[in-house]
Amino acid sequence: MKKLSVLSAVLAAFTLLFSQGAIAACGEIHLGSAISLTGKYATNGIHAKNGYEYGIQKIKDAGGVMVDGKCYNFKVTYYDDESKGDRGATLAERLISQDKVQFMLGPYSSGMTKAIAPVTEKYKIPMVEAEGASRSLFNKGYKYLFAVLSTSEQYLASAVTLAAEMAEKQGKKASSVKVAIAVENDPFSLDIRAGVSEDAARLGMKVVIDEKLPRDLSDMSAILTKVKLLKPDLLIVSGHSKGAATAVRQIDEQNIKVPMIAITHCEAADVTGKFGDAANDILCSTQWAETLAYKDPLFGSASEYEMGFKKAFTEYKDKKVPYQTAQATAAVYVYKDAFERAGSMDKDKVRDALSATDLMTFYGGIRFSAAGNNIAKPMVLRQIQDGKYNVVAPSAFASHKLNWPRK
Amino acid sequence: MDQILGNISLLFEFPIVNLKIVLDGIMIGALFALSAYGLALVWGVMNVKNLAQGDFVISGGYVSWWLVQHGFPALLGVPVAFVVMWGIGWVIYKLVISRVIERDLFTSLLATFGLAIMMAQILNLMFGSDTQSVDLGYETLHFADGLIDVPIAKLIGVLMATTLAACVIIFMKSSRMGQAIRATAQDSRAARVMGIDTEKVYAFTFSLNSAICGAAGAIIVMVWLVQPFYGISYSIRAFVIVTAAGLGNLPGVIAAGLGIGALEQYGAHIFGIGYQQAVAVMLLLLVLLIRLIQQRRNRQVLK
Repeated sequence: MKKLSVLSAVLAAFTLLFSQGAIAACGEIHLGSAISLTGKYATNGIHAKNGYEYGIQKIKDAGGVMVDGKCYNFKVTYYDDESKGDRGATLAERLISQDKVQFMLGPYSSGMTKAIAPVTEKYKIPMVEAEGASRSLFNKGYKYLFAVLSTSEQYLASAVTLAAEMAEKQGKKASSVKVAIAVENDPFSLDIRAGVSEDAARLGMKVVIDEKLPRDLSDMSAILTKVKLLKPDLLIVSGHSKGAATAVRQIDEQNIKVPMIAITHCEAADVTGKFGDAANDILCSTQWAETLAYKDPLFGSASEYEMGFKKAFTEYKDKKVPYQTAQATAAVYVYKDAFERAGSMDKDKVRDALSATDLMTFYGGIRFSAAGNNIAKPMVLRQIQDGKYNVVAPSAFASHKLNWPRK
Repeated sequence: MDQILGNISLLFEFPIVNLKIVLDGIMIGALFALSAYGLALVWGVMNVKNLAQGDFVISGGYVSWWLVQHGFPALLGVPVAFVVMWGIGWVIYKLVISRVIERDLFTSLLATFGLAIMMAQILNLMFGSDTQSVDLGYETLHFADGLIDVPIAKLIGVLMATTLAACVIIFMKSSRMGQAIRATAQDSRAARVMGIDTEKVYAFTFSLNSAICGAAGAIIVMVWLVQPFYGISYSIRAFVIVTAAGLGNLPGVIAAGLGIGALEQYGAHIFGIGYQQAVAVMLLLLVLLIRLIQQRRNRQVLK
């Protein structure tokens, strides 16, 4: 018995020695994040947190963050915002004034980011966020907010470009394309509508249908009948999962033949699982997909990132790594890059370095506009081909060819 | 405005579209009529205005969806939802409704409103807030150059709704319980004097209403989709229909149901789909206004 306790004491001393050795080798950069670990955003909040943690571990394994010749590792203090905006703001306040956090990672969802950004801005604390896409975040003149993801008005705007490309390939003018838009009357979908109609107007396209879907949509046959009569070349639908489900079902029922159909929330509505072949050749937007040809020296290619992540977090073994996770990792990577270029722990120097970011990552290019949103990464469009989501746009990074016109 | 005019001109340019709109409307209206009939029953017999009507419909939809998730055939959902919702309706009657039945209007409105919120939240907790639907995988029939399309699933749905309505009507007309229900509706005190166990009649009526709604929901999930918070839109339509048709007026309920379905589709076509439900609510206002004027004309005062 005595022997055992001596042995464990020695063992404990050793571990202590080793861990102290590790700390002595690298310093620590303290980050903070109020993120949804419970409540309605919990699923995606945890995806994001795992993304942060994977990025941090990977940077640690690669030798840490080199600031002014000294190595550092990231350490994050997480608080659970319970998916409530006021709670998020309080926790951000607490992270900054009590825990003395000088650098923040974003929460999950546009709404939570909107609640926290005024706080970080007040204390002039840089925040790199990966999960708030609403464009209303980037017209407030925030100086310390940086987002690695594409803003929501870009979600389906790339479909307009794609439709123009296809028209030109057919020897027609881009302005000959007729567009039909059906989006829900909520901030996110209206952002999408704004992006699509701006791009359509820029290319001189005609918007033949422009309707708002109700919050409790379950039938859109009235719109689809008009689609049949007016024959647009591109149909845009955004109404969360009910919009996706209703559209896919009724497009099939009413035998709608539009050469290109682009919608959001395909996965949330599980359109391939529920409606099978009816979902074929529909375009779905996403921030990122593991089949993209993006790569960087730290995480490798997009697919290597996915494999590495699955190895580190075995609970993702049988599912796809969500883009929420990839962009969270990208946010950590952006911090590493900015610290190294700033060569300092001063938050204003790091902020300036962040705003000068020009980085290629496994998640896509990252370069911030003056407003703080990422302008280097286009939205990705995937087409459902035989029940699988294949990347078809942007064409330079696509893995598959677009099926056009839709049958 | 231009868009509205454009939409109206489409109706004249392609007259066949009118037929499609009416057909679509009738198919939806049949289901509205079903839940409205249940509401009229409960309203007429026990003077309870059930604001949770739509949530019974949605619950029935989830019963059917759950069955399909567990490998049962989709068409089985309708009878099973009928039975399950019968049971749930009975429990709710015993727990809540039986306590508010003799109270004033507001107590029953408040109680059923609370019930509606509870049911929606429970469904949300159990099944999540995503929309759900069941795909029967049947073909769609196309007519008139593909402008008119009738999915066989919808046809089956309407057929089932009609069968159910017919069964309920026959039951009310010819069975002993049906007679008792009608007697209680006419004068509950007299019915009690005649030896009818009105408590039993109430419980039966409420359960029957819940079951009818459940079956309607099971049909809806096959043809459209359900979501925990969709109940209110079915409640509103049921109220509009019953207000328009009046209590105890079955042909009226059916006609109003089909009519509202068709008018909503016209509204959606002309003003945009965002205004589809606004049309139903406008109709309610209109009906109330007309009723008010009618009553004023008939108002009599003792001299």
